[in-house]
Amino acid sequence: MTAVSQAHISVDPWRDFAGATWKTRVDVRDFIQANYTPYEGDGSFLKGPTERTSKLWATLGELLKQERAKGVLDVSLIPTSITAHDAGYIDRANEIIVGLQTDAPLKRAVFPNGGLRMVKSGLEAYGYKIDPEVDEIWTKYRKDHNSGVFDIYTPEILAARKSAVITGLPDAYGRGRIIGDYRRVALYGTDFLRDEKQREFHDLDDAVFTDDVVRLREEISEQFRALDELRKMGAKYGVDLSRPADNAREAIQWTYLGYLAAVKEQNGAAMSIGRISTFLDIYIERDLTAGVLTEEQAQEMIDDLVIKLRIVRFLRTPEYDQLFSGDPTWVTESIGGIGEDGRPLVTRNSFRILETLYNLGAAPEPNLTVLWSTRLPQAFKEYCAKVSIDTSAIQYENDDVMRPLWGNDYGIACCVSAMRIGKQMQFFGARANLAKALLYAINGGVDEKLGIKVAPGFEPITGDVLDYDEVVAKYGKMMDWLAKTYVKALNCIHYSHDKYAYERIEMALHDRDILRTMACGIAGLSVAADSLSAIKYAKVHVIRDEKGLAVDYRIEGDYPAYGNNDDRADDIAVWLTQTFMEKVKAQPHFYRNATPTQSVLTITSNVVYGKKTGNTPDGRRGGTPFAPGANPMNGRDVKGFVAAGASVAKLPYCSAVDGISWTASATPGALGHLPEERQRNLANCLDAFAAANGHHVNVNVFNRDTLLDAMEHPELYPQLTVRVSGYAVNFVKLSREQQLDVISRTFHEKV
Amino acid sequence: MPKASSAAQLNRMSAEPGLPTGYLHSVETGAAVDGPGMRFIFFVSGCQFRCQYCHNPDTWKLHNGRPLSLDEAMAEVRPYKGFLRMAGGVTISGGEPLMQAPFVGALFQRIKSELGLHTALDTQGFLAGNLPDAWFDPVDLVLLDIKQIDPEKHLKLTGQALQPTLDFAKRLVRLGKKMWIRYVLVPDITDNDVDILTLADFVVSLGPAVERVEVLPFHQMGAHKWESLGIDYPLARTPTPTAEQVQRARSLLASRGLLVT
Repeated sequence: MTAVSQAHISVDPWRDFAGATWKTRVDVRDFIQANYTPYEGDGSFLKGPTERTSKLWATLGELLKQERAKGVLDVSLIPTSITAHDAGYIDRANEIIVGLQTDAPLKRAVFPNGGLRMVKSGLEAYGYKIDPEVDEIWTKYRKDHNSGVFDIYTPEILAARKSAVITGLPDAYGRGRIIGDYRRVALYGTDFLRDEKQREFHDLDDAVFTDDVVRLREEISEQFRALDELRKMGAKYGVDLSRPADNAREAIQWTYLGYLAAVKEQNGAAMSIGRISTFLDIYIERDLTAGVLTEEQAQEMIDDLVIKLRIVRFLRTPEYDQLFSGDPTWVTESIGGIGEDGRPLVTRNSFRILETLYNLGAAPEPNLTVLWSTRLPQAFKEYCAKVSIDTSAIQYENDDVMRPLWGNDYGIACCVSAMRIGKQMQFFGARANLAKALLYAINGGVDEKLGIKVAPGFEPITGDVLDYDEVVAKYGKMMDWLAKTYVKALNCIHYSHDKYAYERIEMALHDRDILRTMACGIAGLSVAADSLSAIKYAKVHVIRDEKGLAVDYRIEGDYPAYGNNDDRADDIAVWLTQTFMEKVKAQPHFYRNATPTQSVLTITSNVVYGKKTGNTPDGRRGGTPFAPGANPMNGRDVKGFVAAGASVAKLPYCSAVDGISWTASATPGALGHLPEERQRNLANCLDAFAAANGHHVNVNVFNRDTLLDAMEHPELYPQLTVRVSGYAVNFVKLSREQQLDVISRTFHEKV
Repeated sequence: MPKASSAAQLNRMSAEPGLPTGYLHSVETGAAVDGPGMRFIFFVSGCQFRCQYCHNPDTWKLHNGRPLSLDEAMAEVRPYKGFLRMAGGVTISGGEPLMQAPFVGALFQRIKSELGLHTALDTQGFLAGNLPDAWFDPVDLVLLDIKQIDPEKHLKLTGQALQPTLDFAKRLVRLGKKMWIRYVLVPDITDNDVDILTLADFVVSLGPAVERVEVLPFHQMGAHKWESLGIDYPLARTPTPTAEQVQRARSLLASRGLLVT
């Protein structure tokens, strides 16, 4: 077959579609609700990869191999924009869905608006040199986000950043975590969307011109322009995006090009694609019903889309990769969930997109996220469990706790952050280190590793045995300081990002008036909780160095550890989560009137956080990695993963609506003897976690020996995928330290 | 610390007036291989066998466990009752649960009557002869460990006689109990074809009461426990069975028409 079939152009791209509201104004949710076909059956209808798909994936496989060897395959030195590069292809004659970030696959672009420094060090790390003209423009004539932030920061913020009591801040690169509603491009075309933006702009003509309104008007003009650039970019691929998509292939193509424009314009820390599979199913169903598409072709198009999503790349520095490991892009796609009317949002296409993990083999991207509900169809639950057991590549988030807050058309930004698509964005805020803050409470604000005063105005604890009440009182004050410094830093960052690196196309695919959240986060929760538990239930002696700095602790007696479904310890973790959220909320100002939220998520920075944090009162040695996200500390959850999950599920979602991440690993043998038993058991565990109000879980199913072998022979495991906090990585792309951390994590395996 | 006492002594000890106290090694909430579905497992301490391949020698001595009352044991499992009702049940394993038969029996009773959960007993059955039939009323499934089918090899491997285990299996058939037979495959010790086929024939003779036979490949993950207990580990140099050896044992058992996992 010719890969790109020339479909007929009908007079009405919306033929056979029901509903009225969505036809008069942008409302994708209304379109989905009026037109989707829930699917309650199993995966027996699914088709394997076509010869074309396997061939294309093999072609790319060669390039991916070269990329793994070199770190970066190639770089385009042209500063990126939606239209900066010519059309690019992997194998033009054999691609069904087209479009690359630059003019060649895996060739990375440079994004100077985020930060020229990051661009330069990224280039130098891989043996490239910046174009002198680009250097001159962004030094002399054009300021970047990174420079903007550092013009505003305070000495305290700089110190907190240096000591890593606050870290991972998006102050040198794109903040990401914004999901454009890329489906709008397919459903409406850019002409309709531009008309809407024009209307939104002129609705403000008579408004009082406050700073907010003036800024918004300038932004809408940029959005309007970006939509036209999107159309021009489509034209380079011979695609007319000005009109709505007319069939399934076009709907996939249009949606993808909308997304592609975003990743051509922004190197956001996380660039989710949203919630597209059930939307696209409507077009596929229409074509299947009309007899112009076969199931094999439908799967082939989804496979092709996923191939594209797997090769999204950004040029980053080795330090960045050390923090987040393995080149993540968080192309998160949210699958399933339940509608507000009780119908499951599971369609055949929910299965197709998961089936790509078989057709193309396992991979970390796109970050496939199942919105789990105890009410999902049983056949879908068991299919998801099967995919998890076979690939360890999917994560689960509890639709039953998110739907009441975010409705039934939200997506997950990055790892765990839910937001209504096209109606909400977040100001990404990385995280504060609660374990280090506890050490600051003990040492009066002096950093235990650097020996410098980071938090001014505090007195150290001088007793030889830590008194719980005294520690908690001082810790509370230290958290006040931390929250204040942290929110100020975020206010600087997001002011500057809006000014110098505004997400034009992503925001063009949003409503004008949106909810903004300021997404704070905490790391080291289990270390802090266990430390407090040790201080409360055992006796913790302080060991000080010659300068009087507390540098180590001796524990006398036992203490209950978080992660064993023991309220004595779990209540401390709950208290910490609630308390820090309250401290954040108490801050006097949030940029653009954002609503503060919080996550308990570390991604893989738990390793770096641990490295930068000294000995802690729970007995953890300095430098040892923290547990990821909301996980119990490695090896301390001794009652198995159901008890561990029960502890994690106690953390209240209402105090961490940006998400609470748990990573669970099990060996296949521990889940049951027979494949169908394993599937049922895993599905039951997911139901139980959801019913207990647990928010997020990564499921890894593999043997420790496989991982050890992959460390020794990485070439044999190019696609071995491991879920870490909130996303998945190629195991062989992790640093050795991170690999050992994954292996040392509690394997729930009966001995 | 007393040496592992004889079963009779222990039963007398814990059958004294008042509620029995148990000795618990640990609990596990997320295993799915010790009975149907997801199991909450009590690993109780104490065992009169001294299996050379034991991977939990730290459970041999009764008093290595932590003492707990029936109420405390129920408090361990109660938080999971909703989950377990839907997803699996409770298994009491060890050690050898029948070393603490009064406690374990009372615990099964309460799990059944108060929580209504599926129950499984993981045992080698050596001590079952002392127990009345009614003791088994609240037990839905017995995971019966047959260590070796050859009486002499059994004695050598475990330090105890085989016959009580076989008698127990036949008694379970009479009581209408379901069974899963468990067989640990150890190279050179339990992997002889003739032994495996003899075992298969015995299991077949038990009829439909046996739902499945589990072949558990010997592993070395318990080695460090022997070391930390300061006991000589006789199988320190024994290799784990290869995938082919495991497959061969399973095929031999399956050749007699058994469901083997």
